[in-house]
Amino acid sequence: MRIFKSRAAGAVVTALAVALIATGCSSERDEKGGAADGAKDTFVFGGPGDPGSLDPALASDGETFRVTRQAFEALLAHESGGSELAPALAEKWSSDPSGKVWTFNLRKDVTFHDGEKFNAAAVCANYDHWFNWKGTYQSSAVSYYWQTIMGGFAKNEDPETPKANYKSCTATDDSTAVIEVNEPSANLPGGFSLQALAIHSPKALQEYAKQDATAKGDAITYPEYSQVAGTVAGTGPYKIAKWNKGNKEVTLERFDGYWGAKAKIKNLVFRTLDTEDGRRQALQAGDIDGYDLVAPADVKTLESAGFQVPTRDVFNIFYVGMSQEKNKALQKPEVRQAIAHAIDRENLVKTQLPEGGVAATQFMPDTVAGYSDAVQKYPFDTNKAKQLLGDADESGLKIEFCYPTEVTRPYMPAPQDMFELMKADLEKAGITVTPKPMKWAPDYLDATEAGSCALHMLGWTGDFNDGYNFIGTWFAEYDKQWGFKDKNVFAALKAASTETDATKRVELYKKANETVMAYLPGVPISSSPPAIAFADDVNPPKVSPLTQENFAEVSFK
Amino acid sequence: MLRLVARRLLQLIPTLLGLSVLLFLWLNRLPGGPASAILGERATEAEVARINRALGLDEPVWVQYGRFLKRIFQLDLGTSTQTGQPVWDEFTLRFPATVELSVAAILIAVVVGVPLGYFAARRRGSWLDVTAVSGSLLGICIPVFFLALLLKGLFAVNLGIFPSFGRLSTGIDATRVTGFAVLDGLLTGEFDASWDAITHLVLPAVALASIPLAVIVRMTRASVLEVLGEDYVRTAESKGLDKRVVRVRHVLRNALLPVITAVGLLTGSLLSGAVLTESVFSFGGIGSFIRTSIDARDYPVLVGFILFIALVYVLINLLVDVAYSLIDPRVRVH
Repeated sequence: MRIFKSRAAGAVVTALAVALIATGCSSERDEKGGAADGAKDTFVFGGPGDPGSLDPALASDGETFRVTRQAFEALLAHESGGSELAPALAEKWSSDPSGKVWTFNLRKDVTFHDGEKFNAAAVCANYDHWFNWKGTYQSSAVSYYWQTIMGGFAKNEDPETPKANYKSCTATDDSTAVIEVNEPSANLPGGFSLQALAIHSPKALQEYAKQDATAKGDAITYPEYSQVAGTVAGTGPYKIAKWNKGNKEVTLERFDGYWGAKAKIKNLVFRTLDTEDGRRQALQAGDIDGYDLVAPADVKTLESAGFQVPTRDVFNIFYVGMSQEKNKALQKPEVRQAIAHAIDRENLVKTQLPEGGVAATQFMPDTVAGYSDAVQKYPFDTNKAKQLLGDADESGLKIEFCYPTEVTRPYMPAPQDMFELMKADLEKAGITVTPKPMKWAPDYLDATEAGSCALHMLGWTGDFNDGYNFIGTWFAEYDKQWGFKDKNVFAALKAASTETDATKRVELYKKANETVMAYLPGVPISSSPPAIAFADDVNPPKVSPLTQENFAEVSFK
Repeated sequence: MLRLVARRLLQLIPTLLGLSVLLFLWLNRLPGGPASAILGERATEAEVARINRALGLDEPVWVQYGRFLKRIFQLDLGTSTQTGQPVWDEFTLRFPATVELSVAAILIAVVVGVPLGYFAARRRGSWLDVTAVSGSLLGICIPVFFLALLLKGLFAVNLGIFPSFGRLSTGIDATRVTGFAVLDGLLTGEFDASWDAITHLVLPAVALASIPLAVIVRMTRASVLEVLGEDYVRTAESKGLDKRVVRVRHVLRNALLPVITAVGLLTGSLLSGAVLTESVFSFGGIGSFIRTSIDARDYPVLVGFILFIALVYVLINLLVDVAYSLIDPRVRVH
């Protein structure tokens, strides 16, 4: 009896399978997104990871921001396709000479997705909401960017939380908001453009406030509103309509009440495709219309198959870090200089980076304000490296070099290959390299952050165009990753971070770059332009060096 | 029978407890913690310390284990450090996808494998037999991951017959009743969604079925060959019994006993095989979630999921034993 049953089931399944193949499996993609007039009205973009939250204030990762950026706007933004600050919800902005009082003249006739009106009171409601966060929200896992830009909270619950720099927000009239801080900061005004400080509808904020993020035992549970579309409401060209977590898909719908140029496509869908190959194949199969984090090796293949693969301007830096604390040899300036001279950056750029990559001379790309032409340079010179090692009495230097596996970053497309080239260069100069491959997260990140790798490779893509966002991140104070305490370096950056005059600050960054490169805490290697891919029938958005593409600009040909 | 079930269920408790201790110790021996996975490249030491404190990871292992155990008794698996959502929610969201995939794979393996093995044995030495034997050898040799890539490249990317990734097409969303997309579509009358889910299942299920299919073909063939040579088959045939009755009642019924055990164990192992297949097809089940959890050192998810998979394994074994005793009354006697 049982056997007959399974036979019957088998017959059904076989019949299904036959039917499936017989019908040519007319997949949805043929009619996907078909509007009544036959035009496609859904644009599908593949990203490498799920967003963490629909409230960008709780996030610090690019995948969350890529989605929320289409729905939420901050006071400031960046020009389309560039890195200069541009008006967003504020039409104009200025600070007083002390750099502590920031005045924003707001755009009128802006409406939130939930019908609420945007005004100065709404701006202050947001800033006060973040400032008054309590409990779990004060963890840097939740409020990383608030703490980076504005310091701590009205009432810090942890003694290690940074002191609050935010003082107040006043709505002097309906369309003027004044934000005051306690100390001038190099993070302003750039910080006002961050997605994490985007403005939400006050009505939505009231709902948010009812749902606490709770720390329960061994993790932080994000509040429910941030996980389900419905409550979150911004002012952007799209509103978040649905988050289907099972299918790894966030759907946004065009917001017809948008104040600016309306989005050209009705539905915007972000789908998660974990692997590089998976994203490329999905584009080739026609299942998605574009994707990010294109492997440099795939650029040519895609282009020759008719896909569009625009590259962004460089806004990142790849470097070799040198941890001095646990390695006596690296404490000698000659050894650090020898390593810098030993590495052939030009060859690395030529062989490993996509077209448009450049060799670096300092810890920021030349697109960032504060880049200096006068830094000390360490051109590729094996003999000079050997001589410097001899001078330092380190001719037989043996050194451990950590590199990450199974990862590609916009600044580091092929870590293992890049490592191999650098290893060969170092060995030519007489340095014996012990390779130490590690898994990216958390092993490699933990080891580098703890300074336990003598040499390691890392990098960084900027948030906004300010020198501090690059060099300040690493060298403003003692950091185990580098393990040095050089008063000159720290002082140079301290001076730059509190200078309120933008022109003077740029000059101070140039000086700081020169000080850093004279000291040489690590070797800046290259800046690479990350590529993004689109199908041939797409008019892509202007690509952004900050990876802040505005998908409202996308249309189908 | 009831006794057997009760005893086996009781045996579960020490098994799972032991496993949880081992898991906890093992995870704690791994370098790194979730903090830097959360914070990324710019993590400073102070921030890592603060997150570890917030997550309770700065406490001794036994305190963490005690807390975990207490929560388990309250049926709370904790919260995923990656997504900030309860592990149980993550689990119920993703588990149906993996079950659906595994069931589809095992169905393919059984439906194709048993008849193939049976007829290969009946026509020993024929071209069918040779094809089945060498094909199954190939099935065992080719890594599932590679086969998945191959199938995807050919049928999704080049020929465009099947979708290249996901569980459902963009914008298709069956009303969730059971979480099983195919079933939900049928239950709610959204047949398009069911069909869509089936088209998404075909390639990953075929890839995942390759090893169980090969094992089942070989086992069925060997088992049928053995039974065919038994005296009682010859006796039944010589008595002049209907050939079909002999084949089904005598040969197949007896030959399938070891195959059923194998199917049970294979089903359990499919859950782990799904990790790679789901990754290739971005399938959104627990397989790919476990992979990202390992990367992110998401301890609560790893412990919870692995314990659950262990539970499923044990329960499947139990089911196999029950099925076995139903088919073969001799088992009940012992």
